[in-house]
Amino acid sequence: MKRLIRALAGIFLFAVPAVQAVPTIQHWVTDNGARVLFVEAPEIPIVDVRFVFGAGSSRDQSNSGLAQLVSRLLREGAGALDANAFNEQLAATGAVFSTGALRDMAWVSLRSLSDQQYLAPALKLLQTVLSSPRFDGDAIERSKANTLVEIRREQQSPSKIASKAFYKAVYGDHPYASPMRGTETSVSAMSRDDIVGFNSRYYVAQNATVAIVGSLSRTQAERIAADLSASMAAGEAARALSPVPMLPEAASHHIEFPSIQSHVRIGQPGLKRGDPDYFPLLVGNHILGGGGLVSILFDEVREKRGLSYSVNSYFSPMAELGPFTASLQTDNSQQDEAITVLRNELDKFITNGPTPEALQAAKQNLIGGFPLRIASNSKTVEYLAMIGFYRLPLDYLQTFTGHVAAVTIEDVRSAFRRRLDPAKMIMVVVGRSNSEDG
Amino acid sequence: MLQFLNLIAVCFVLLAGPVPAADRTHEFELANGLKLIVQEDHRAPVAVVQIWYKIGSSYEYDGITGVSHALEHMMFKGTKEIGPGEFSQIVAARGGNENAFTSTDYTAYFQTWSADNVELSFELEADRMRNLLLADSEFKNEIRVVLEERRLRTDDNPQALLGETARAVAYQTSPYRQPVIGWAADLQGMRVEDLQDWYERWYAPDNATVVVVGDVDPANVHALAKKHFGPIARQNLDPPRVRPEVPQHGTKTVTLTSEKARVPQLYMAYKAPVLNNAFATDNHLEEWEIYALDVLSETLDGGPSARLPRRLIRESGIAADVSAGYSSASRLATLFSFSAAPSGDHTLEELQQAIVAEIARLQKEPPTAAELDRIKTQVVADTIYERDSMFYQGLIIGTLESVGLDWRLNEEYVDKIKGVTPEQVRIVAAKYLTPDRLTVAKLLPATGDATQ
Repeated sequence: MKRLIRALAGIFLFAVPAVQAVPTIQHWVTDNGARVLFVEAPEIPIVDVRFVFGAGSSRDQSNSGLAQLVSRLLREGAGALDANAFNEQLAATGAVFSTGALRDMAWVSLRSLSDQQYLAPALKLLQTVLSSPRFDGDAIERSKANTLVEIRREQQSPSKIASKAFYKAVYGDHPYASPMRGTETSVSAMSRDDIVGFNSRYYVAQNATVAIVGSLSRTQAERIAADLSASMAAGEAARALSPVPMLPEAASHHIEFPSIQSHVRIGQPGLKRGDPDYFPLLVGNHILGGGGLVSILFDEVREKRGLSYSVNSYFSPMAELGPFTASLQTDNSQQDEAITVLRNELDKFITNGPTPEALQAAKQNLIGGFPLRIASNSKTVEYLAMIGFYRLPLDYLQTFTGHVAAVTIEDVRSAFRRRLDPAKMIMVVVGRSNSEDG
Repeated sequence: MLQFLNLIAVCFVLLAGPVPAADRTHEFELANGLKLIVQEDHRAPVAVVQIWYKIGSSYEYDGITGVSHALEHMMFKGTKEIGPGEFSQIVAARGGNENAFTSTDYTAYFQTWSADNVELSFELEADRMRNLLLADSEFKNEIRVVLEERRLRTDDNPQALLGETARAVAYQTSPYRQPVIGWAADLQGMRVEDLQDWYERWYAPDNATVVVVGDVDPANVHALAKKHFGPIARQNLDPPRVRPEVPQHGTKTVTLTSEKARVPQLYMAYKAPVLNNAFATDNHLEEWEIYALDVLSETLDGGPSARLPRRLIRESGIAADVSAGYSSASRLATLFSFSAAPSGDHTLEELQQAIVAEIARLQKEPPTAAELDRIKTQVVADTIYERDSMFYQGLIIGTLESVGLDWRLNEEYVDKIKGVTPEQVRIVAAKYLTPDRLTVAKLLPATGDATQ
């Protein structure tokens, strides 16, 4: 048993990562300014087209929830087709169509068979959505009413309550503080003008990245991108968001909720896309709390003490500083113990950095696991959209493992000390406080 | 294919195109009864290795519910050769992703990594198939983790609690009444000896299916499987005793109130047969009925063009969300279920009437040819889309084999669906979606503001 493992370990320590086919990204800009990233993937007769726009909830301004409302209304009819007709025609092509919005970006995605019999009508429907969404009055009222139900459903989840309170506390007046679904008040107040205005401002070619992966030639991809892009106004790119202010001091928020478990979030503003500290923080956090079944937090909180089913830490890199979050959930009676362990491990890691063995193991996992990140068309198209949206270098995939390999213990220690400060972290706890537990 | 799998409840440790799959898929059986199925996918130099044991919550009985899932957690706690947690460290150090999941009918473990690690997967899995060390100290800690998992997934989640309650009411004698994760009291009283017995009884080569999908050579994988799993002795398992569901007489109802809930929720479930029932003799059931039930489910809820979202969400505005679910790939008879939340001031009663009215329409008038055409197009497309995920391809094979079906059924699936007629859909709607098979479960927010 041990023999083969040792043999492989021996090979691994000296071997460079196997040479693998990292897809070459082709890139161009359409006539009216949409940036296109394309990877040819002839193996399966399918095509993925993913439009991303700087149209996430950070653009909501006072209309909290507007970005997500606009996004869901894009599935409710376009051009001559009302919601029923649109969805019937789409289903008849066999395509999978989705829209959504996070804080930075909103997306409009299509997966279709590459056979023209199906692809052509599916693309035509996508074009109609991009060029002339209807925003019918009844669709707006219905979507608002159903969003209210979803907001109330979030209020029955201690995890969702914690997450919303955490963003609010970490981001204060910054646009990232906005609850993505909105509030009952803000959604109820939204007008068709708000919706149309948001759509015509942000769903424009200059604000678009188009990721295409599939069984297509470059010529075909160019034609598709040109046709879809031309159907939109050129418009202009969304303005840069304001920088995220750092927190002046630590703060703790307890939200009373009748749950059996307490949900804990600890963190602060963390990391941007394209940040010079990106790789030291990625590798370091992999060791601290990002590595699935192997991490310091998993070991200390779950494996040694049985305090939580899910415990982790992560950076969510965004256009401006996305949060660093450490989280767990535990029976209300154990919340103090769990929080103490979590805080101690954060402090220790920020102070001491990783051991050489832990750094080596994390790099091996990230480098050895890199092929899995791009092993399917659906993963590749998401990477392309991310690379294009955040204007990362086109060789991001080719250089990923090299960047990971170059990270040193000192890089991690230095980055964690400079970027995270436990004395200025927010803590949110949702659950029953111990005093009321009896 | 989604139709086969869309209802499978799994618990994680963490959280037809140009080439028919039959030509890429190779089946082997070792002398000790272990089945190996290899599907080639050479798009990237990676492979997923899944080992499926035919054991899950539907094999359990009162007092030890949740033992299959608890054992799944303990499978990461070390053998004579490998220390606690070392399995995961070995996989992580080679760039692997791994996890495990338990369902009513199976427990499965997987690693996804570079294809040259398939032999290591086999060596590690062969080791923990028979050599697990179930240490009491590790167990006492891990059962606390499982209890936290139960609190997270079910006890603090009103919708999940509604589903658990509804299944316990709908099924009277079928073991599907038990939650996969187990009842809390059983978990609290569980002992490591319960896991030891369970492990010795069910973890055996003749109860396992190994599925490999990826950039591999089938003959080579077969040789590696013989090398590592071949020496393990066949256990000649006692098949589980079968206790089928007794006939139901009249609609059952259950109401749950929750001080956490803010949104009322309706869950309706009709007892429905599965492929295994159709293949059994002396059933008054034809195989086509199962595929017609799949098409019925798609007619009602196969995406936003289907009847329920169209009529209940977009036209009458009664529902904020509504879904129908049916999966024909399970060991025992299942539920054809509906889940919905009312919009605005509409009540659960209105919602229930609206769903029943849609069912009644389909019991009188078959779906249109255009509806069936759309469903068939989507099913054909789905079988091509599924090839983009090695993991999902393995999941289909492993699920079918583990519930006692043949993986080749997936190859026939499109043709079987294409063969379903509108009248057949009407017939199964009339035969199976009847009040005598129905359980209605309602979740009501407790009065008073539950938050803040």
